[in-house]
Amino acid sequence: MLINDFVKFALKSLITQRLRSFLTALGIAVGIASVVLLTSLGEGMHRFVLSEFTQFGTNLIGITPGKSTTTGMSGAVISNVRPLSMNDAKALKRIPRVIAVVPVVQGNAQVEAGKRIRRTTVFGVGANAPEVWQIKVASGQFLPDDDPAAARSFAVLGSKLREEMFGRGNPLGQRIRIGGERFRVAGSMESKGQMLGFDLDDAVYIPAAKALSMFNRESLMEIDLLYAEGGDADEVAKYAADLLIARHGKQDFTITTQEQMLEVLDSVLEILTLAVGALGSISLLVGGVGILTIMTIAVNERTAEIGLLRAMGAGRIQILALFIGEAVVLASIGGLAGLMAGAGGAWILGLFVPALPTHTSWFYVVTSEVLAAIIGLLAGVMPARRAAGLNPVEALRAE
Amino acid sequence: MIRLDSIERVFQVGNETVHALNNVSLKISQGEYITIMGPSGSGKSTLLNIIGLLDRPDKGFYILDDVNTTDLNDEQQALVRRHKIGFVFQFFHLVPRLTATENIELPLILTGVEPDERKDRVKIALEDFGLADRSKHRPNQLSGGQRQRVAIARATIMEPRVILADEPTGNLDRTSGKEVIEILEKLNKKGIILILVTHDPDIGNRAVRKISMVDGKILDDTLALEFSK
Repeated sequence: MLINDFVKFALKSLITQRLRSFLTALGIAVGIASVVLLTSLGEGMHRFVLSEFTQFGTNLIGITPGKSTTTGMSGAVISNVRPLSMNDAKALKRIPRVIAVVPVVQGNAQVEAGKRIRRTTVFGVGANAPEVWQIKVASGQFLPDDDPAAARSFAVLGSKLREEMFGRGNPLGQRIRIGGERFRVAGSMESKGQMLGFDLDDAVYIPAAKALSMFNRESLMEIDLLYAEGGDADEVAKYAADLLIARHGKQDFTITTQEQMLEVLDSVLEILTLAVGALGSISLLVGGVGILTIMTIAVNERTAEIGLLRAMGAGRIQILALFIGEAVVLASIGGLAGLMAGAGGAWILGLFVPALPTHTSWFYVVTSEVLAAIIGLLAGVMPARRAAGLNPVEALRAE
Repeated sequence: MIRLDSIERVFQVGNETVHALNNVSLKISQGEYITIMGPSGSGKSTLLNIIGLLDRPDKGFYILDDVNTTDLNDEQQALVRRHKIGFVFQFFHLVPRLTATENIELPLILTGVEPDERKDRVKIALEDFGLADRSKHRPNQLSGGQRQRVAIARATIMEPRVILADEPTGNLDRTSGKEVIEILEKLNKKGIILILVTHDPDIGNRAVRKISMVDGKILDDTLALEFSK
């Protein structure tokens, strides 16, 4: 039997029972639509959260002092941790593939500009911070690449701080006081928004060396590395670890690559999407039961036809294929309708509720369509087996 | 050529065993015209079903064109049915949702004949059976005689060796019944074996060879009589 005729034969018998085929396909359509819609929402959220986390760039490696493992050493030895120094940061820059290094010191200080006073976050960083954290300079320029030993007193304002302190006025070249020390404003940053409670806009950036003395610290709180696109995070991390171990004599620091963090996050979100997809599949299952019911009825009604087909030389396998094919065609049509409804629904939802991130993933679209066909197949097997197993003589007698 | 040798078919009805066919042997040559008559339950239909490979005998063997069909499995028997046997039923057995053309086309579709060839063959069949102006009609828009003609066209579209007709006039008025019998006889003249089961003695007597059955046995075979004379 030609595949073309096969599909036509299936379609013809489905069209003959228009209303009932429509209702059965509707069951599958609702299932597929809910799977597509729910996974669209899940996938949208997935992307939203990931983009929140990757706004600082993905090729990042963070190094923090202290080792987060328990050792068998006595208390006296544990305190013997060598802090991360500006020299460490400088040395890390020589690692192959590393593009930029930012030493980080963070603190809180009072900023005075003219008569306005505001307590804000102070980031002591290097000249490369905009590149590494992917923040853009709005006006002026970022901190100059000074020798840490003789860093000049420049400050760069976050967008919110600039607004609070200078309103619409131009802050460039203005003198301000931070924590009692005098700085000159070199530039201001574009808005970057909040993340996990850090407001990068309500902040001021000063040279790390200045921040160390301002907060009376000896060591850096963090060193961030940016490595070249396409570089292997683990390899760079290993180089950094080797280098610091050579400098410190032991591993008294922790290296976290952004990639590791994202991987964990990604897998958590992936499972979330899968879970909502599984929820949607429950209705798909109900649709499958509908197909099973309708195909069972169809086999009963068409017993005489089955007998006739057998008399005309259709083998059991052909009868089996005919009825399974009908179920699969029915499910696929329903699936296709559901796909359009689901994807359309997600699109409309995104249009009217822009805050709700939706993204229709092709993976889930194809998977759910295949799933619909498989459900049709499974639901079709039982009635089709009954049809194929009928005794042709008895089947012909049914009228 | 058809040869049945000591065929037995037993049915279990409740606690009773019914011998639908009891040691039936029969030889049919190419191009013969045979009518089978007998009371209800005499085994006529069972015999027809066994010749048509819709049913398997419990004992004995059946040779069709030098092939022992009792050795064939289900799918192989289906192939033999497809190419060698055409059925004509009392209740026509047309597929109600298909037009006359599509009903006649059905065996060709099952066999996988290309659409172009199908179209040509069905067109010729429609003309041969005087159905050209009814090609797009569905069974419920056709008269009984027309329905049976569609069924015969369908049974012969594969150019079978044997036509098995089980009471083909049972549901028709006399005129269309006679018409149908004449069509079948015309096909027989072309060399197809025609085996006709009927209750109607007028039809039964038209054949050269008449078989009458009682209680699963062949009571009378005119051909055998001729030989014994």
